[in-house]
Amino acid sequence: MTYTTRAHAKPRNAEGTLESSEDSPLLTQLVSTRDAYGQTLLELGRENRDIVVLDADLSASTKTRLFSAEFPERHFEMGIAEANMIGTAAGLASCGKIPFASTFAVFATCRTFDQLRMSVAYPNLNVKVVATHGGISVGEDGASHHSIEDIALACALPNFSVLVVADATQTRAAVRAAAEHAAPVYLRLIRPSVPTVYEAGCNFVIGKAIKLREGSDATIIANGLMLSRALEAARLLSKQGISATVLDMHTVKPLDTEAVLEAASNTGAIVTAEEHLLHGGLGSAVAQTVSEHHPVPMRFVAIRDQYARSGEPEELLEMYGLTAQSILDAVQEVVHEK
Amino acid sequence: MTKKMLSLSELQGKARCLRCHIIGMTATAGSGHPGGSLSAADVIAALYFRVMHHDPNNPLWEDRDRFILSKGHAAPALYAALAENGYFPLELLYGLRKCDSPLQGHPEMHQLPGIEASTGSLGQGLSIANGMALAGRLDKRDYRVYVLLGDGEMDEGQVWEAAMAAAHYKLDKVTAIVDRNRQQIDGWTRDVMSLEPLADKWRSFGWCVLETDGHDMGAILETLAAAQQVEGQPTMIIAHTTKGKGASLMENNLHFHGNAPDQDEMDRSLGEVRTEERCKVCDVHYPGPC
Repeated sequence: MTYTTRAHAKPRNAEGTLESSEDSPLLTQLVSTRDAYGQTLLELGRENRDIVVLDADLSASTKTRLFSAEFPERHFEMGIAEANMIGTAAGLASCGKIPFASTFAVFATCRTFDQLRMSVAYPNLNVKVVATHGGISVGEDGASHHSIEDIALACALPNFSVLVVADATQTRAAVRAAAEHAAPVYLRLIRPSVPTVYEAGCNFVIGKAIKLREGSDATIIANGLMLSRALEAARLLSKQGISATVLDMHTVKPLDTEAVLEAASNTGAIVTAEEHLLHGGLGSAVAQTVSEHHPVPMRFVAIRDQYARSGEPEELLEMYGLTAQSILDAVQEVVHEK
Repeated sequence: MTKKMLSLSELQGKARCLRCHIIGMTATAGSGHPGGSLSAADVIAALYFRVMHHDPNNPLWEDRDRFILSKGHAAPALYAALAENGYFPLELLYGLRKCDSPLQGHPEMHQLPGIEASTGSLGQGLSIANGMALAGRLDKRDYRVYVLLGDGEMDEGQVWEAAMAAAHYKLDKVTAIVDRNRQQIDGWTRDVMSLEPLADKWRSFGWCVLETDGHDMGAILETLAAAQQVEGQPTMIIAHTTKGKGASLMENNLHFHGNAPDQDEMDRSLGEVRTEERCKVCDVHYPGPC
């Protein structure tokens, strides 16, 4: 199922006019993916009586209150008990409901892994885990609340599709695609508002990467808040005469291997960028495909086997190398290796 | 759906029949959990042959009562009850745990008709039952949800999360039954992790708590009927049972928590279980003397 009004939008500048120049600032409007989730959930609730929503005492943060205000009987507050929330969602799904269970990403996966495995993945039940506060951009709450393992955990579960969205527009499309997909979905959102990558609509198909920029020297494969950074890096690289393809790999599983191999074949070098540990995330998934079918030089922009600190999101992203500059450096390296 | 109401003695016969299967299936498989299957046989017989509204010819009937075997290791008892109800051919029972069989070591809901939830990792069934009951309430259906837990399973924290939630949401269509056989793999529950006062615990969590002899068919039926009358809160039935019940060499014998009887143990056990007239299945599978 495709949710789009246009294939993919060109970025807009602060005035909202379409970018026309490589040199102008790329991405400026900051919008919340969580708000987009809450709004889309409300719309879905109006369209489909089977949509139900579960929370674990974080509904103010997960933005499901729009839904619960209008459909209180279809919203289940489960308290600070994530394992039970997932099991309850499984029971609802087995009776034909489409449950959206939401909490912070770190709790949605780490606290519930066996419930996700046993009660959802193994019986392939139609449960949507929409996790807010992915990555280290959670910021000041610190490592206890930073979710840097969630993609690896979710990707380890058979039957699960694992989605990481880049902006509010894509969130709306992804939530709708998840609702239509009759199988388990893990969808990762983030706390801070992010630049808008997709201006009016997003052609979102689970498992289909979106090519945002075409280049010939290297491919940057990114998702989540690293996508806008990848675009920024590509823009800066073009000034240095390096042309980079940028792929939005919003679905980490099932991976769009066709897009990955096309990138390997056409550009001969790949850099991945993700707000996650190096192990088990987007980079690992891409590397598995590349190494098996079309080995090319690769670099990985990701968090290296450590927990982050408390701090402002931007500070932390800088501190742990999740920047456009890191991507740029990695592309330069990998291009020289070709 | 509409079926002949079995008499008490017929139900007791069904429980014996389940026990024969449990012993035979695990012995044939060479592995499995006969002890906790045998302790649950009477409760499962009461549910599947009398109490629950279900239709083997229409396993996905939307108004059916649901049964979740949260203590998934008692799968042989569930499989036997389903097969004896006609959900699938009896012959399949003896493929238990074999690679080409749908009878997984622990139940998987898509492998066989009649299985409502995939279980085996303990502590998860009550949460699933709550979800089913919430769905039934939303859809204005009257079905009940039965969930059978092990007593050792109550060590799991998720059980108590679910206990709170069922009371919070006043899920009076949920009837949980604990197979209180007082043993878990590492020993007596009182030594492994104290559960008592178990009834008080559940009462304090907002549940109606009923207790029964889990091997007295009449008492089980009365207790399940009483649970159906409870309004505004979920019910926990503490079924006092004996692990390995019916086969004296397995009773209270921890070895048979997770080990199958050998040929000799099977023969001796079947001899005890089959005290009255032999059913056809026994004749087919165990033609030896009673």
